[in-house]
Amino acid sequence: MANVLVFTELHDGHVKPVTLEILGKLAGQSADVAVIGDIGADQVAVLAKCGAQNVHKLKSAQLDKYSPEGYANALADFIKTKSYDYVFAGATSMGKDLLPRLATKFNAGLASDVVNFAMDGGAFAGTRPLFAGKCLAKVELTGPKPHFVSIRPNALGMTEGVAAGAGNAADVAANAGEIRAVIKEIIKAASAKVDLTEANIIVTGGRAMKNAENFKILNEMADVIGATVGASRAAVDSGFAPHAMQVGQTGKTVAPSLYIACGVSGAIQHLAGMRTSKVIVAINTDPDAPIFTKADYGIVGDLFTIVPILTEEFKKLLGK
Amino acid sequence: MDFSLSAEQREIRELALKFAKNEMIPHAQEYDEHGKFPTEIFKKAWELGLINACIPAEYGGAGFSSIDGVIIGEALAYGCMGMNTSFMANDLALLPIVIGGSDEQKKRFLTPFTQEFKIASFCLTEPGNGSDAGGIKTQIKDGGDHWIVNGEKMWITNAGYADLFVVYGTIDPNLKHKGISAVVVDPKTSGIEIGKKEDKMGHRSSDTRGIRFNNVKVPKENMLGNPGDGWNIAMSTLDHSRPLVASSALGGAQRAMDLSVHYAKERNQFGVPLAKHQAIQFMIAEMGMKIEAARLLVYKSAWLCDQGVRNTEVASYAKAFASDSCMQITTDAVQIYGGYGYSKEYPVEKLMRDAKLIQIYEGTSQIQRLVMARELLK
Amino acid sequence: MNIFVCVKQVPDTETKITPTGDGSFIETASIKWIMNPYDEFAVEQALLVKQANPAATVTVVRVGSKKDTEALIPALAMGADEAALVEAADNLDSYSIAKALKGAIEKTGKKPDIILAGKQAIDDDCLQVPQILAEMMGLPSVSVIVGFEMNGTTIKVKREVEGGALEVYEVNAPVVLACNKGLNTPRYPSLPGLMKAKKKPMATYSLSDVGVSDADRRVKYSGFRLPPEKPAGKKFDATDAAKQKDVVAQVVGLLRTEAKVI
Repeated sequence: MANVLVFTELHDGHVKPVTLEILGKLAGQSADVAVIGDIGADQVAVLAKCGAQNVHKLKSAQLDKYSPEGYANALADFIKTKSYDYVFAGATSMGKDLLPRLATKFNAGLASDVVNFAMDGGAFAGTRPLFAGKCLAKVELTGPKPHFVSIRPNALGMTEGVAAGAGNAADVAANAGEIRAVIKEIIKAASAKVDLTEANIIVTGGRAMKNAENFKILNEMADVIGATVGASRAAVDSGFAPHAMQVGQTGKTVAPSLYIACGVSGAIQHLAGMRTSKVIVAINTDPDAPIFTKADYGIVGDLFTIVPILTEEFKKLLGK
Repeated sequence: MDFSLSAEQREIRELALKFAKNEMIPHAQEYDEHGKFPTEIFKKAWELGLINACIPAEYGGAGFSSIDGVIIGEALAYGCMGMNTSFMANDLALLPIVIGGSDEQKKRFLTPFTQEFKIASFCLTEPGNGSDAGGIKTQIKDGGDHWIVNGEKMWITNAGYADLFVVYGTIDPNLKHKGISAVVVDPKTSGIEIGKKEDKMGHRSSDTRGIRFNNVKVPKENMLGNPGDGWNIAMSTLDHSRPLVASSALGGAQRAMDLSVHYAKERNQFGVPLAKHQAIQFMIAEMGMKIEAARLLVYKSAWLCDQGVRNTEVASYAKAFASDSCMQITTDAVQIYGGYGYSKEYPVEKLMRDAKLIQIYEGTSQIQRLVMARELLK
Repeated sequence: MNIFVCVKQVPDTETKITPTGDGSFIETASIKWIMNPYDEFAVEQALLVKQANPAATVTVVRVGSKKDTEALIPALAMGADEAALVEAADNLDSYSIAKALKGAIEKTGKKPDIILAGKQAIDDDCLQVPQILAEMMGLPSVSVIVGFEMNGTTIKVKREVEGGALEVYEVNAPVVLACNKGLNTPRYPSLPGLMKAKKKPMATYSLSDVGVSDADRRVKYSGFRLPPEKPAGKKFDATDAAKQKDVVAQVVGLLRTEAKVI
């Protein structure tokens, strides 16, 4: 059994889901959680339910905003007082920035962006994608301990039925040390939708949309799931949508995590522009439409009845 | 014998191909559709040193060999054969100055092209004579302290944008070849009428026009060599330019093959990718074979040029074989793409339209065979 | 001012990746190698700083095997002043690479003011080296930068985080900065630049020259393999009005539990 520390970052006072994914996967190990700042008893309870033994709240006036140096100094000081074998964190923007620096304070190694792992006899062995996911490799750590691991969010999934941990929460007086790179300001993302080429979720309408007004139902669904709306060439040529929205060979090539094609038949030039999407959902009345050959989930039915139901179901799922 | 490119030549090719892929290919269809002259792309290519490869180092050029020139030419044609025609026309127009110009003329005419972005046109063809270049009708008359040019030119690349013309004419039609002379003309000189842009099948982004010269006064010091030297300058220019023109066919053919290979692996018919069908495999094999052979001819003709050895015969092999192969390969590319290939949505029909012109300009495939036969039978 | 740029040479983005028979790495024989695309933003930023500070020198440093077309050459052709190559295998881990870069930078005898790198190399996708290098050299760092303004020795950078929000940092040189797309538009190396590049100094070191040994490896890779083929999709019939709601609910459930995309 290994002694593991899981660093969690907070989003609006909540622990990020990736922390719970990691804790679940660590069932059978001894896992503590470290957080910088304060979290409420409800969040401690969530962590305990997923197996956290101790929750260390590192507090310092200098740590109200993230800084790679401040966070790394504070965590290193704390980790040195314990005997952890492993330190885990989510491969989030912060995790990716922080962990290499923190690991180097121990001259230790970091396996980054791991998508699966096992703790065989207390030793970490993971899997991570390389070459933009074109191949996978087994990753192991060697050299001074603790060893560091960052986990890609949404990769492990939640583990059910984990034995709860004690969830003892305690404050730790932290030392941020010298901070030379300081955040002066945070500029919130513009409210405008992300560009198709960068969107994580895309909803596309085809010729079956019939007119520009009907795109309203796609916009409504997109708002619920944080998607950007696109269109097939047929829809653009019919004047339902501007060319800037076109997905396909002569439009934009996209690779979102989720692509929902509504009333798109799946001409080869369209498929060429979206086939590397991670998960494809297609809605079409024609069960033989080519789009179904690329779809992970195909729904044979009329988009004008299916899309509103989808929107409702997404609302339920996301608690909106 | 060594068939490999030097490290430097591989780097030149990488750079030019990167430019072709990032700056030319994404815009090629748009410029083709609207027949738009690629001024910005041309200028950017010039800034990177991809234009005017023929200018010697002593006049401010990079001092490229002919081999370097065809490597660049192939890469730029890979990006767009039409745009490359505009780019290449600079070399075709400046080569007569490199070959037949005096030191003073080279400084006066070539060096400015290395200092700022300028465009040149080579004015040889006339409405009544294309392949029969010896039958030139444009007259260059002695006007005392200047030359007077009268006549009409046709199919002149870059005509509407040029900063410099090299014009071929005759001092006396009765002298036939021996009367042909070449002068450098400022396009802003009075008496020059530039026609409207031709609406062409392919190479639609390149600017092609007729030009009429009405009593155009040209300074005496603008004649390349002596009166009557024009024919030899033109023939020597062709020995240098044919490898370059052949390299453009090579670039277009390579692009057609790359697209075909990609498509054949991606498109399924009868439950398997096109590439699994022998009929398609044979077409792809044919493409690869012809491109390899064309490249060897192009490189050899340029290499002979660099060795200072007369390359007339091999340069004609290269020009005819590369352009005929490009036509066949681009046609087969459309065939492999099927119905999609015939649509403007896909890039191959443009390649097929562009390929045709390379069989025609700078000496048709038939003229090349006449040259070959003349060399072989002499 | 001494500016250093760390570059890596990686397989072209269009490369088909094939694991070796024993799974120890990938087949590298027929790969076309390019400068890591994110590193181009780093080189460009260095050259922009040099334009504003003509006395500055830009040194590009690379760790990896000798290549047919050397990625350091385009960097020199873009306008960098000198280069250093630490010859090493292409499958080193981030810790060893960072230590080798530090060694190579120290070999120049120049005290760095700004060290730039791409935010990640598109081969191992680790996003580690710039931060490790900063910690090893005792320097502050900001990663994933999309904005850069310099005033004297004070540098204001914008770091991109989730959802497109930006953290604006202020930091004094010396500093390590890891660059993202959007920071600038990298210039092309010009042909005359390429000719000049040949004449610029390029130092070559072995790993032991820069104090790196096998003992510095921290991450071990094995079992390189292609990802599993995508299984055939599932098709649901929602033409029957009575069943539509259940079918859609089922798909939405699968998107969360099976596909994990929502």
